[in-house]
Amino acid sequence: MNRRELLKLTPIVALGAFAIPKFQKPLLKAGLGFSDLMSAGFFRPGHLARTFSDSELTPFSQFPVNDYDVDDPGVEFDKWTLTVSGSVAKPGNYTLDQIQTLPKYRQNTRHVCVEGWDVIGRFGGARLSDFLKMIGADTTARFVTVECADDYYETIDMASALHPQTLLCYEMYDQPLTPEHGAPLRLAMPTKIGYKQAKYLTDLKVTSVLQRVGYWEDQGYSYFYGL
Amino acid sequence: MSTPTVNIEDEKTGETIDAVYEHPFIVRLCHWVNVVALFVMMGSGLQIFRAFPSFGAKIPQKDLLHWPKAFAIGGWLGGALQWHLTFMWIYIATGLLYLGYQIFSGNYRQVLFTPRDIPGVWPMVRHYFFFGPKPAASEPYNPLQKHAYTSVIGLGVLSVLTGFAVWKPIQFSWLGWMMGGFHLARVWHFLIMWVMLAFIFGHLVMVVLHGWNNFVSMLTGWKKEPEYPTQ
Repeated sequence: MNRRELLKLTPIVALGAFAIPKFQKPLLKAGLGFSDLMSAGFFRPGHLARTFSDSELTPFSQFPVNDYDVDDPGVEFDKWTLTVSGSVAKPGNYTLDQIQTLPKYRQNTRHVCVEGWDVIGRFGGARLSDFLKMIGADTTARFVTVECADDYYETIDMASALHPQTLLCYEMYDQPLTPEHGAPLRLAMPTKIGYKQAKYLTDLKVTSVLQRVGYWEDQGYSYFYGL
Repeated sequence: MSTPTVNIEDEKTGETIDAVYEHPFIVRLCHWVNVVALFVMMGSGLQIFRAFPSFGAKIPQKDLLHWPKAFAIGGWLGGALQWHLTFMWIYIATGLLYLGYQIFSGNYRQVLFTPRDIPGVWPMVRHYFFFGPKPAASEPYNPLQKHAYTSVIGLGVLSVLTGFAVWKPIQFSWLGWMMGGFHLARVWHFLIMWVMLAFIFGHLVMVVLHGWNNFVSMLTGWKKEPEYPTQ
């Protein structure tokens, strides 16, 4: 009687697979994948991130600069363009002036770092959704991928790319982006974790097929990481 | 309590002794899965905390405590997040299964602290901490035990809710609002872990004090020679 009752608990031993090196990596990858799936399910396209008053802003000097190698990849601003490719009607090189013809939005939103800190910053730029319209993007494609002057790269799911607070950001605190914050163009998307806000954009692609996901994601961080 | 009781023959002495089926299978299953899940959640949570061991601003950063890496799971922030985001689903699933079972089976009466238990609290405190006489037991859990278990189950629910407030501050903004904001939610999430650790410490002390038969009952469900009268 006792033995049978004890044996009924043996399925718990299956959790021990997490301790076996051979199974650990694929199991955690599957766990993270499931978590991302749930994250995408929790995302509500029309739900806005909270915006803050100017008095709640973190001073610009206290807005942290997190980069993975350089503070300034040496972008030549007069030659800079954003190279657009993939499932778009109008591929090619877009200048900052062209992007700035789109309506400008300014928002004071929370920037949350995966490390655990957060700041409230002021971001200005064009809606990515407006830019996608401008380039005639196929918004039934699954992803928008970006590449950066510092070899950083990122992938954004289309639903988040179309979110009204997702910006192609060229201003912070009403000033043109400074080199350490990603000049001349970066992503600012309050519905995503910090490492998704790629700086120094050089290439943008609309696609449903990925060769790689993102600089941190390919090292094991969550792909969706919506807030 | 309608605890089924049987007379069984002791394997060694051949004597007939009482035994009760105290812990249903689902409760035992959830208990032991939860042991693993909580271990991983706390270990990986502490590794995540190491990435920014503070509750203040990033600039200037004032660290609260430097938790040793040896007592953390995951090795680095990304690794710890994989553990945390994987086992949180196991933890949540276990919690839902446990709560669902307890409610629908009626077994919750065994652990739920109710106003009826209040008069019995002081005699138990006197017994545990001030060498008072041991109050007679009438059911599996005494009022103080019920209080501890009810509280820790509540803490378990809060650990998930505070976790969601930190993980999804926009989609679950109402959770953060209820907790006094995004920053406080992270503070609560952290504090709840320490309170749970305190519970676990006390729980383990009591397990040791209460002896083998009591421990085995969480494995097999059956408790030999219970201290309380059975039908």
